[in-house]
Amino acid sequence: MRKIKGNAFIFGHNIDTDQIIPGRYLELVNPKEIAAHCMEGADPTFANRVNSGDIIVAGKNFGCGSSREHAPIALVNAGVGAVIADSFARIFYRNAVNLGLPLLICKGIMEKVNEGDVLEINLKEGKVSNISTGKSFNGEQLSEYALEILGSGGIKPLFKKITAEM
Amino acid sequence: MHALEKILARHAEKDVVTTGEIIKAKVDLAEVNDLYLQTIYSFYEMGGKKVWDKNKLCFVFDHYAPAPTIKTAQIHKEMREFVQENNLTHHFDINTGVCHQVMHEAGLVYPGMILVATDSHTTTHGAFGAFGTGVGATDMATIMISGELWFRVPEIVEIKINGKPEPGVMAKDVILHILGKLGADACVYKAIEFCGTYIDDLDVAERMVICNMAVEMGAKTAYMVPNQKILDYIRTRTNKEFEIYDTDEDFVYAENYVFDINNLSPQIAVPHSVDNVVSIDQLPEVRIDQAFIGACTGGRLEDIQAAAEILRGQKINPHTRLIIIPASNEVLLNAIKFGFIEDLIKAGATLSTPGCGPCLGAHQGVIAEGENCVTASNRNFPGRMGSTGGSIYLASPATTAASALMGKLTDPRTFLKGENV
Ligand code: SF4
Repeated sequence: MRKIKGNAFIFGHNIDTDQIIPGRYLELVNPKEIAAHCMEGADPTFANRVNSGDIIVAGKNFGCGSSREHAPIALVNAGVGAVIADSFARIFYRNAVNLGLPLLICKGIMEKVNEGDVLEINLKEGKVSNISTGKSFNGEQLSEYALEILGSGGIKPLFKKITAEM
Repeated sequence: MHALEKILARHAEKDVVTTGEIIKAKVDLAEVNDLYLQTIYSFYEMGGKKVWDKNKLCFVFDHYAPAPTIKTAQIHKEMREFVQENNLTHHFDINTGVCHQVMHEAGLVYPGMILVATDSHTTTHGAFGAFGTGVGATDMATIMISGELWFRVPEIVEIKINGKPEPGVMAKDVILHILGKLGADACVYKAIEFCGTYIDDLDVAERMVICNMAVEMGAKTAYMVPNQKILDYIRTRTNKEFEIYDTDEDFVYAENYVFDINNLSPQIAVPHSVDNVVSIDQLPEVRIDQAFIGACTGGRLEDIQAAAEILRGQKINPHTRLIIIPASNEVLLNAIKFGFIEDLIKAGATLSTPGCGPCLGAHQGVIAEGENCVTASNRNFPGRMGSTGGSIYLASPATTAASALMGKLTDPRTFLKGENV
């Protein structure tokens, strides 16, 4: 599994899918075009500032609201390496893992990280290290199957592999 | 462990599962409705050839039954071809009804099973002690290939409901009341167990109403310990062996809530959210243009009966239309047999064929800009039943019928005088 390391971008509680990708962009189908509007509803400068591997840190219920698959598509294609939050909305969580976007549940993470801190995630152990402060925290460990999906780059590539062997 | 955790553990071939853990579990029944042609495309895209088990996958044509447009007719056509190619044992075409009604009528729902459907209201089947949950197109396509799905073991919230509401106050009022108190995000990604003296004795249809609307609090699934009424019902439908799992006495719920519903008044969720709930007596006069009794929440025989008892021998208000859509053909036949349909049609109602009808604004009675609709269905956000400029009031079937009669939101207890609904 690739290492996830990048700068932290901090968002609040209840970041809904309309903030991740505003409804007016749902007609877009090209992933790169979708990604150009990533997080626009919460921070219109985000898509320009984010670098590949950067990490979103948020509070409760990240990804709530309508169940659009456009939300994880935007995050993945904008280069977001992972999202760490207190909790995730259910359908967002499923869609994200299926699309290969690592998520980590880590309670109280917002108080332990400052905007721009360099974070490194060990997904296998469910651990976050804040390189900038030298502290590390334990989140909820992902299951082997979720790691397998993420390691394959999402559920579609994984299933293509499985069906090819069938 | 909780009964729901034991269901998950059994289907994942594990002894123990813990909250937050992700497991891979076998699915006993997967259902695809006619909004989700995409699942077939994803199935082939991922290399699928034949579905994993022709007895465990079913398609239900309910959202567009019968097809209102050429595009939806095409969806049905392609899905029918897939059903035939895979020789699926169970298929519910446009002549059956809403998925959350026809599956248990066909004996496909039983305690301890895992039922996954491309529909958020799959929580309904918790009424039978099943683990029911909704998924999207990609997830469903992976089930069609492998028969399995990954699940996160959810936190479990206990909602205890005690008491007995007076005649004219229905399960819909009870769940609207709870939604109003707890809010639409109270149980995100969690499971809800409903229990208490009210639930213990509740009949099949009303149990389904409560579990149906659990998803409006964000719940992944709902659960009730099957009571005798449920077991008797299932036995009339299937001979299948099943196991009822107990919750261990030392199980600790993530949260506990208690509600007493002895003196509950009829409840209304006013525009534009499901948790915007008030007692009917707190509302100013609201003119009603359309009333709808139907959908997977309010289209069962008991709901149609409640309406017929209020409207028998009466005429609805001349400026109000009342649309009745039985949840299934079986419900329709029984409603005809008991004379309810005759009562309602003589009172001025419009009857449509079983299916989702205008619940999601696709056809069969959508509303215009500026119109007010009172409905026994389950969602009231702008545009759900037609124009975004319309207003939707969620209510019980009894309140909906009384409101059609008076042409304004009306407390059904006025018409009951102590009779049982
Ligand atoms: S009746 Fe309404 S809520 Fe139920 S499945 Fe159909 S569209 Fe969904």
